[in-house]
Amino acid sequence: MHELSITQSVVDAVLDRLPDTRIAGVQLEIGKLSGIVADSVRFCFDLVVAGTLLEGARLDIDEPGGRARCAECDTEFDVDDLILLCPCGSANVAVLTGQQLRIRSVEVV
Amino acid sequence: MCATCGCGDTHTHSDEHQHRTVLLEQDVLAKNDHLAHANRHWLADRRVLAVNLMSSPGAGKTTLLERTIPELPISVIEGDQETQFDADRIRATGCAAIQINTGAGCHLDAEMVARALRELDPPTDSIVMIENVGNLVCPALFDLGEAAKIVITSVTEGADKPLKYPHMFRAANLVLLNKTDLLPYVEFDVDRFIADARKLNPDIVVLRLSATRGEGIADWLDWLRKRLAAHT
Repeated sequence: MHELSITQSVVDAVLDRLPDTRIAGVQLEIGKLSGIVADSVRFCFDLVVAGTLLEGARLDIDEPGGRARCAECDTEFDVDDLILLCPCGSANVAVLTGQQLRIRSVEVV
Repeated sequence: MCATCGCGDTHTHSDEHQHRTVLLEQDVLAKNDHLAHANRHWLADRRVLAVNLMSSPGAGKTTLLERTIPELPISVIEGDQETQFDADRIRATGCAAIQINTGAGCHLDAEMVARALRELDPPTDSIVMIENVGNLVCPALFDLGEAAKIVITSVTEGADKPLKYPHMFRAANLVLLNKTDLLPYVEFDVDRFIADARKLNPDIVVLRLSATRGEGIADWLDWLRKRLAAHT
């Protein structure tokens, strides 16, 4: 349940960047390969924001899929999990996107 | 609550929306990664090799430490939700150990390790073993400033662990397959285990050992000595 501390980190980061500011919404990007369950973050969010300037804020989460490139044949392909096997059979594959865990923006009142 | 924007206020909205968007574009783990970077510098300045030992509960992390401590200059940071049991076991060997209790937390983070390192005060040219909370999920995501991530799997857990916990095996630099003395008594396909681990992490090194019986310990100590020599 690392999503609880991840969600706490989101709230801490917003409060650090925008102290004394009432926040009405938070937009996150949680890649499908990040190891973070977006539904768990949603569950934790209301608990973590209670009593802070983010209380009541709307949470929007974008969940982009993963892309990878094969080091053997240079093919780029979509990946939805970390079992990164190129269509050519090689496992020598680099993840290009999908591992991001970012606060994109916030809505301030 | 405001019905237009969903925020907790009771204000009203004019045609021109009163909220404004502030772009942050900030990594959520940036603070942890920054602290981990500082830990890495602190360790490098002292020529200390830190390794992060991760596994499910009961895979044999503490027993492996007890076996390793007499052979090398080691101090230990122990992570558990509760109790001092593991630190007591380590201190009983004469080794310095700091216990971190994470309470509700399921993993160590860089800030906890920073505090523990300063308290531990490891000597130059030594190894700090960081025994993470027993958990194959969460610890994989948190950089502690370590030089290597090691995952320990015991043969009693089953050979399916790499594909069930891909983040852990993808993050690891080394896999220790422990309790190999029990292989005759359990169904564990070693070849499948290694092949699956390499599907996630083609360069991963797998060492087989028995922390209780001593088989394979020489290879593990050799791996540690080489990393220590390269690091210091």
